[in-house]
Amino acid sequence: MVTEKTAKAEQPDKTSTIGPAGIRLERVSKRFRGGVTAVDEVDLEVQPGEFVVLVGPSGCGKSTVLRMIAGLEDVSAGRVYIGDRDVTNELPQRRDVAMVFQSYALYPRMTVRRNLGFGLRMRGTPRAERERRVAEVAQVLGLDHLLDRRPAALSGGQRQRVAMGRAIVREPKAFLMDEPLSNLDAKLRVSMRAQLSLLHQRLGATTVYVTHDQIEAMTLGQRVAVLRDGSLQQYDTPQRLFREPVNLFVAAFIGSPSMNFVQGSVSGGTADLAGVRVPVPAGTPLAGADRQVIIGVRPTAMALATANGWPRLTVEPGIVEDLGDERYVIFDVDAPQVDTDATRAAVAARSADETSLLATERARFTVRLPTDVPVSVGEPLALSVNPDRLHFFDPQTGAALG
Amino acid sequence: MTVEALEADRGQAGKIRSRWSPYVSTVRYLVLFALACFFLMPVYVMVVTALKDSVEVSVPGMWELPQRLSLESFQAAWDKPAIRRGFVNSVLLAVPASLISSMLGAANGFVLAKWRFPGANIVFPLILFGMFIPYQAVLIPLTRFMTDLNLRGGNDPTGGLFGLTLIHIIYGLPITTLIFRSYFAGISDEIIESSQVDGAGMLRTFFFVALPVAPPAFGVSMIWQFTSVWNDFLFGFVMTSTQGWPITIGLNNIANVQTIPFNEAMASALLASLPTLLVYVVLGRFFMRGLMAGALKG
Repeated sequence: MVTEKTAKAEQPDKTSTIGPAGIRLERVSKRFRGGVTAVDEVDLEVQPGEFVVLVGPSGCGKSTVLRMIAGLEDVSAGRVYIGDRDVTNELPQRRDVAMVFQSYALYPRMTVRRNLGFGLRMRGTPRAERERRVAEVAQVLGLDHLLDRRPAALSGGQRQRVAMGRAIVREPKAFLMDEPLSNLDAKLRVSMRAQLSLLHQRLGATTVYVTHDQIEAMTLGQRVAVLRDGSLQQYDTPQRLFREPVNLFVAAFIGSPSMNFVQGSVSGGTADLAGVRVPVPAGTPLAGADRQVIIGVRPTAMALATANGWPRLTVEPGIVEDLGDERYVIFDVDAPQVDTDATRAAVAARSADETSLLATERARFTVRLPTDVPVSVGEPLALSVNPDRLHFFDPQTGAALG
Repeated sequence: MTVEALEADRGQAGKIRSRWSPYVSTVRYLVLFALACFFLMPVYVMVVTALKDSVEVSVPGMWELPQRLSLESFQAAWDKPAIRRGFVNSVLLAVPASLISSMLGAANGFVLAKWRFPGANIVFPLILFGMFIPYQAVLIPLTRFMTDLNLRGGNDPTGGLFGLTLIHIIYGLPITTLIFRSYFAGISDEIIESSQVDGAGMLRTFFFVALPVAPPAFGVSMIWQFTSVWNDFLFGFVMTSTQGWPITIGLNNIANVQTIPFNEAMASALLASLPTLLVYVVLGRFFMRGLMAGALKG
């Protein structure tokens, strides 16, 4: 869709404009009337040209943060900066940002051409310039043959592209996107996601993107901000969110299938994981501790037992899910399960049907295994645990330990 | 038989039909038809009488169809100054009163639905309150007020018509505001917000985004306003002098004269009711149009 030729044509134009600006939120809060705090002292800094994703379960305040950047929601406390300008009390129409809404929000009585050109028209761009830019963006997005249609005569994917084009054509200081892909079907969503990535590489525009889908967040974001109940949990690159989650919530929210959790304890430099002693990384404060912990194990942190010296765990597979070139094996381990607010919130956010149908006191684990060794339900299976990839959390606060 | 066919079969049989059901619906339609006839009786008499010529008109023969169609009574009615001048006056009154009232109502409704301001929750009920004040309650203060402003018939060069138009514009605001507010409330907030982010302020959002989707609301509002202004008698009677009389007063005046032939009275009444019918036919088609199609996901 995005052709080489047009992307190059875009280049000189980009340098001639002011270019993307950074966004900075300083202790921004939003309290709604009635006392609900939707956003609680969020600090966030977006570099010029950066693609940042706000992610979290529904009701975590991510859309409110975005709307406060756009100016559609008043800020209760704190400051919002776009570029070097304090826009906290600025009207949306003066902020020079473009927003893509979940519902697309196209103007129903205008043709695609007028929808695309509306923002330029409102800003007094001369007609010739306006037409040139609309034509250019329409070509980039493959909308040129649809320019004289009304939104009603477009498919969902086409409407989505018009919504995107309406933002791009303005060449704003920043793009704000509120779950722009969530109304597309699964297949189209994956392809639009890739195209969004490409588009960002070409345009280099500052983008703040809101989603509840952690896969979207991980694949699109250069940095990802995880929100829960209005407060920022962690703001980092996708790699670091995955490798070094700061707390139980982030650990449970990021990654698919999600991290396995189990109650355990640490003493004498080793952790007790369902009866198996696993060495704690030396030199960390945890190595000398003697305490209760929550142990987190990624589904990829376990493997079929080999002679590599990793601690072994023999399990009895309860469910085996074959996906072709990988296999998920689900089993119960001999230790109490973890059921904190944080893990529950993270799981609920992913999907309701991920909660287990059959209540069990024991912790349920999912591991990802290769398909070359046969695994069958009920047959004991020897697994080994990678001790470097265990995560430890405080059972009370949920904060990461070690 | 495939599962689909079975399902379809069950769907057909799903509605339990008794042996009597054809008769039941026949009876139902007969009753409805009889009621419709009953309510249309006066209209029937009006139309057939208006189409008769003066020799044919009689009270015993009022149910009979005309022997030959005659438009003579319409000509006679139109030649009466009370009817012709009244008709023109009513057009001059109802068209601006309903247009301006609807425009203002659209602006009110837009702001109250989509551009909330502090105190909007108090202002809106106050405006609505105007709908429940009967004409009679404001009649005397209104008369005094308009007299003081020299807008009441007599001193006024338009025979009070200008003042009457003003009154109807203002008196129509509660209902037009309500119509437009309800209509605009149904428009997605995101479209309004999108226009804001695109750089349009309140006025430009109203004119470029909200008004283009509002024709259905205009249809309703215009029909309502036009009909109630056209049919108003009380304000017209109090506020205007002879040259400013709307058609309702003219109609009343000629019907009160004993010597007028029935056919002319009926023709006058028909003439007086045609514009409201016309407005309904012309604007009614805006009602059902889906003007919002395609704005949102799908």
